[in-house]
Amino acid sequence: MPASNSAPFVRLEGVRKSYRRRDAEFLAVSEVSFDVGFGELVSLVGPSGCGKTTILKMLAGLQPRDAGRIEIGNAEHRFDPARDIGMVFQQPLLLKWRRILANVLLPAEILGLPLRESRERARELLALTGLRGFEDKYPYELSGGMQQRASIARALVHDPKLVLMDEPFGALDAMTREKMNLELLTIWRESRKTILFVTHGIAEAVFLGTRVVVLTAGPARMAADIEIELPRPRTLELKTDARFGEYTRRIYHLLGLE
Amino acid sequence: MGAYEPAQRYALAVLMHLLLIVVWHYAVTIGNIPSFVMPTPEATAKTLLVPSYRWAENSAVTAVEIFAGYFLAVVVGITLAMLFSWSRLLEMMVMPLLVTLNMIPKVALGPLIIVWFRYGIGPNTLMAFSICFFPIVLTTARGLREADPDLLDLVRTLRGSQWQIFSKIRLPGALPYIFSGMRVAAILAVAGAIVGEFLGSERGLGYLMLQVQVNLDTAAMFMAVILISLIGMALYGLVLGLERLVVPRDARIE
Repeated sequence: MPASNSAPFVRLEGVRKSYRRRDAEFLAVSEVSFDVGFGELVSLVGPSGCGKTTILKMLAGLQPRDAGRIEIGNAEHRFDPARDIGMVFQQPLLLKWRRILANVLLPAEILGLPLRESRERARELLALTGLRGFEDKYPYELSGGMQQRASIARALVHDPKLVLMDEPFGALDAMTREKMNLELLTIWRESRKTILFVTHGIAEAVFLGTRVVVLTAGPARMAADIEIELPRPRTLELKTDARFGEYTRRIYHLLGLE
Repeated sequence: MGAYEPAQRYALAVLMHLLLIVVWHYAVTIGNIPSFVMPTPEATAKTLLVPSYRWAENSAVTAVEIFAGYFLAVVVGITLAMLFSWSRLLEMMVMPLLVTLNMIPKVALGPLIIVWFRYGIGPNTLMAFSICFFPIVLTTARGLREADPDLLDLVRTLRGSQWQIFSKIRLPGALPYIFSGMRVAAILAVAGAIVGEFLGSERGLGYLMLQVQVNLDTAAMFMAVILISLIGMALYGLVLGLERLVVPRDARIE
């Protein structure tokens, strides 16, 4: 699965970002460095407001950094910043006035991709995300979990190489969230995307990630970069596994929550 | 709301209107109210047969004033709000002026409008326009601002153009707001046109009301009010229908 011996797909090196508020400088991200291999699913975990979102925004090219290097792409997998990023947010942010299929097609429309093929791909993705039969519904006719699945399909429709997820399941209830975790793993396996998954759920980070990057708060600093060596495919039983407990305990400890 | 079918609700609405007419009839006949105070529904309907009242022509004039003023307000209002959404500076310059101008009671402008533009359909259209233009600007500007920043980020990562952001996100997102402003404006436009006719005109239902008032033909005044209301309802219905056509149910602002 992830194991790629070639150069990493995403490299962050000494990344630093501060905001100016009035006359004070507010350091949001400090000296963050980590790599993500092509096809990996890396969790970024840390307390709220620790600058995780800022890191995603810098990766997406939405915000400049003050120092450090961010490189995406390698010799094997070229990266086109306009086409190779998919984004999923905490809220589904579907367009209320569009039916589900049209919502999923939004990125394809913006990029001017051929409509017929995109539509076919959108249908496949809706099937993959368990929304077959909901193509012609409006967002309000779907539950929160289903809306979020549609927004994941939207993030994949233009076949981006890198998918950035910013606490995508944070607004869902606990049980839906467990289910979505499993489904995300299926989607990841089938679509072979590189995924950066931001969360403040430690168990979720360990359960999903091939690696977990732990960040401490204000400013976001690297506390650890932990390889998660748990068997795949992952099932919910894993959460009762002793090794799973060890990983989460270690992260709790790193975040000073013990 | 219970589980009533739309058909049942419409039927009930029609029934209640008929009931109102019946109550009106008996209130006048049993109460022995003189006809110059309140005519019966029949007497009111019969005034339609008086040829010198030129109902068709007067109604058409009033309708034209209302619809033209309203249409003008919609076009100018939405255009202005779009310009605001493209230029923050323009909004900061013009918006405070509009707020101040909106504080002027439009009715007070009537005599001035007559001085500037004389009598007629034009000035009355202007009156209708001036009274219903502001709510449209305000709601449209608000709607265009409403887009979620994360959604805009999503479009920006795809290198979407300003035009794409406007046409795919901002404008459709603003439609429910635009329609809520248009609904309020539809009612105001009717009031504007009639006030215009009261202040000075030689045609229209408002003008006719003043004419028949002199003869104490209260039934004709009633008829004029009913026709004015019907024109207003037609406009309002048109706006609602259009809204249903372009805005899905969940996105509407009730």
